Amino acid sequence: MTPSNGHGATIAEKVLARSAGLERVVPGQIVEGAVDLAMMHEQGAQTVGPFHQMGATKVWDPDRVVIAIDHWVPASTEGAAVLHRILRKFAAETGLPHFYDVGRHGICHQILAENGWVVPGDLAVGTDSHTNMLGAMGAVATGIGPTEMAAVLALGRLWLKVPPTVRVNVRGSFGEGVTAKDLVLRILGEVRTTGATYKAVEFDGPTVRHLSMPERFTLCNMTTEMGAKTGIVAPDATTKEYLAPIAKHPMHPMTADSDARYERTIEVDVDGMPPMVACPYSPDNVRPLPDVAREHVRIDQAFLGSCTNARIEDLREGAALMKGNKVAAGVRFIVSPASTPIYEQCLREGIIETFTEAGAVFTNSSCSACFGGNMGILAPEEVCASSSNRNFPGRMGAKEARIYLMSPAAVVASAIRGEVADPRELR
Amino acid sequence: MQDVIEGRVWTLGADVDTDQIISGKYLTIIDPNELKKHVFEIALPDFAKDARAGDILVADENFGCGSSREHAPQAMRAIGVGAVVADSFARIFFRNAINLGIPAIEARGVRAIFSNGDTARIEMTAGKVTNLRSGESVSFPPLPRHLLELLEAGGLVEKVRRELEAQAPAGGTR
Ligand code: SF4
Repeated sequence: MTPSNGHGATIAEKVLARSAGLERVVPGQIVEGAVDLAMMHEQGAQTVGPFHQMGATKVWDPDRVVIAIDHWVPASTEGAAVLHRILRKFAAETGLPHFYDVGRHGICHQILAENGWVVPGDLAVGTDSHTNMLGAMGAVATGIGPTEMAAVLALGRLWLKVPPTVRVNVRGSFGEGVTAKDLVLRILGEVRTTGATYKAVEFDGPTVRHLSMPERFTLCNMTTEMGAKTGIVAPDATTKEYLAPIAKHPMHPMTADSDARYERTIEVDVDGMPPMVACPYSPDNVRPLPDVAREHVRIDQAFLGSCTNARIEDLREGAALMKGNKVAAGVRFIVSPASTPIYEQCLREGIIETFTEAGAVFTNSSCSACFGGNMGILAPEEVCASSSNRNFPGRMGAKEARIYLMSPAAVVASAIRGEVADPRELR
Repeated sequence: MQDVIEGRVWTLGADVDTDQIISGKYLTIIDPNELKKHVFEIALPDFAKDARAGDILVADENFGCGSSREHAPQAMRAIGVGAVVADSFARIFFRNAINLGIPAIEARGVRAIFSNGDTARIEMTAGKVTNLRSGESVSFPPLPRHLLELLEAGGLVEKVRRELEAQAPAGGTR
């Protein structure tokens, strides 16, 4: 495509132009985008009322709607049971076949990823803020509220303001004990929680091009904490290889033009970067993990889970560190795989045994302790080392509880030491 | 939606996230009238019992960051919040508020000119917020047409309802 006004387009601009059926779009423009995939979790129960109030009776395309319950699975309160029942009834009435119900459940974003529901070039929306994770497929994927989802279900489209794009260019290689989570925490420390509000964050550079899909998911997942509309990685051979056996729709891979206009480019060099940790009470309160480890911050709970870091690769790495060690006295260690297939894989590989023998609780796949409404809730003043993505006051229970965000390896090291710990010191 | 909105002000700080507006433990509540009892429990403990319909929230940067929970603006609508004005908003909260018909106005510098209990006057099309106690004001870029229409319709539900009705064949049933 030769742009008429002298500069090229970013990936987000190309995806939104495609979804709006336009030749090109520019940041700030409001467009009506056709939705390729709509995802609902429990919050989707609040979509049903507005859907009916709108006078809608039919869903625009039942094959492009996924329901994946994950926050309270199986239902842990009567309220949650009611939300699940509303969704089941709605799916039956409107003929929605893709319902990941209890038994084949998992965290909604992982369900979308591992089943190939979002492919390059897609515009995907979900009733959860971390829908950004699916941008790792080379898509624009973003969170919306349930009322807006009702309009999407009725019409198959929504209004979007074309975001400016921030480019994060990463080079260098990860040292021992350093992961994509440490990278995204480091970027958050720089961009801050408001630094990418309303914007698309495009990750690029040699380091990113070498990342696996799970690592790219972790990166894009936490663009939500930067305020971003979506995180994106250009689709390449890694993306296609991951999606080839599972893609539900044809791919429309788009890469940025070499003269694309970025609002800002952030250069990151990971050579020599230590593991990182986000301290209470904000995901951008990031410090080098060795510095915090020196302060001997005692923990009461460790959590290896969430859509950010509970894939098989994360659990394997954690189990390798856990093997032959014990959870420290006085620490509760909760391990929750991101989906039922990951749970089954852990079963096959002996990962569940490794964790339970060490004194951890290995739970069924769900959001688990991540959001303070289901299990693993923290009491006032308690401290948790977590592989999840948020540490705002009240996120995992009491508002005085303190959450430290870190990589899966660091969570396991902290569970073993009983304090915020550097995983490199265990080896 | 009126073009001029006036109301008593409640001030909030920066980075008030949705967990502080409605805590995760209330997320299984669907009834907005139940939800409103817990709104701002963490950030403004007196709000739920003392707020009156038409009150205006004035916040610093990044208001409504965190999760996509619509419970937050829903609880605010149930209380009858007249408008939310902030130095800046997190994107999903902004969308949710507008979609529910709550005027959400991004006005740089607004937090600095208000104290709790002041009265605010918002002129939507002129793009101006004034503190009626001190006389100070800040201006803001008026909302784009598309969003003003949404607010005028009373929110997204009503707007889509009209659209679907217009699409339905004359005299036909839906
Ligand atoms: S794991 Fe946590 S962040 Fe991810 S969807 Fe569930 S509650 Fe949200």
